[in-house]
Amino acid sequence: MLACVVVKAVLLPQKRTLELPGRRRVLDVLAAFKITPGTAIVIRGDALLTDGEFIEPDDEIEIRSVVSGGAPAEQ
Amino acid sequence: MRRSNVMKCRRCSAKAEVKLRAHNTAFCRACFVLFFGRQVDRCILKNRMFSHGDRVLVAVSGGKDSLALWHALVSHGYQTTGLHLNLGIGDYSTQSREKTEAFARVHGLPLIVLDLRTLNEDISIPTVAAFTNRRPCAACGRIKRHCFDTAALEHGFTVIATGHNLDDEAARLLGNVLHWQREHLAKQRPVLDPTHPKFVTKVRPLYLVSEYETAAYAFFSGIDYVVDECPHGAGATQLVYKKTLNRLEEEMPGTKHGFVKDFQRAAQPVFAAAESPPAGECSVCGMPSYGSACSFCTLVAEVRAKRERARATS
Repeated sequence: MLACVVVKAVLLPQKRTLELPGRRRVLDVLAAFKITPGTAIVIRGDALLTDGEFIEPDDEIEIRSVVSGGAPAEQ
Repeated sequence: MRRSNVMKCRRCSAKAEVKLRAHNTAFCRACFVLFFGRQVDRCILKNRMFSHGDRVLVAVSGGKDSLALWHALVSHGYQTTGLHLNLGIGDYSTQSREKTEAFARVHGLPLIVLDLRTLNEDISIPTVAAFTNRRPCAACGRIKRHCFDTAALEHGFTVIATGHNLDDEAARLLGNVLHWQREHLAKQRPVLDPTHPKFVTKVRPLYLVSEYETAAYAFFSGIDYVVDECPHGAGATQLVYKKTLNRLEEEMPGTKHGFVKDFQRAAQPVFAAAESPPAGECSVCGMPSYGSACSFCTLVAEVRAKRERARATS
């Protein structure tokens, strides 16, 4: 039986986490969090990812909102 | 197998880490840091904000924008001192102060820290919010402006620099235009020359740099900033404006940049012509004022009166 391979993503500062099955494009992960492109930086390890890049199964990424001016509403 | 759409740096063709749709370009880490620094320095020079001979007081909250600004100014050899206000907002303010002090320590930079909890018998934001009906963000802005002005005057700085970015400026402009706030539009420009001998020049060197760019610059520069946002700002109107502008930006890249830049070029001078500087000085603190007491001292007096009334009835 194959192990379930997922992309793990955490959204800050809300501290929301998602696990998405399989290989995913950065844009798709942002959409899963309902994040508009350009309003968050996407961090894998010590690098930033651009919208079109793929996130591989077992990768862990951090999506850090860049919108300042107050705490975001709970989603 | 699907191919990963890896973008290349416009300058050196290395793998890009930053895509800037508004500029229709992408950069690797090293080239982006260079691009960012040049954008900031060009803005300072073009708008004649200050020179290397000026003593610049940088208002530093501990967030990405102000720390990125401070880092960029130091990298370009400007004489800077940080000014941090502890707003007294629980863990958020504790973390903000710690990150600011750590940044100053690591880079060997001078830092002035003022604590609102010990100023005028406690004018921290939670206290002001508790004793008045004012919106915390409005009171916070008023307190910050007064503290920046008085600190610059007291310590002999010639310029105050703040980390307001393109998104802040676009959101502020949208709000000002929607409500035709002519007095606010008169003052919305990246350089505010002193209108009174007790004021110094106020500048916003990041006014054409997006908050995505300041976040990327802070990340690449290893700046440990406060990611959490102020809890008092939750639901702020500015966030609604930012969300609206970001939707427009998604459909039409460059919208925010054009909105702010074209306003500065074509419309701002018309509003600026109607600007009326403060004529007198506050009878309490001596700072420039439109009335007998400045807006800060009026706020302090209101908090003091309501605090005393609360004590009397308890």
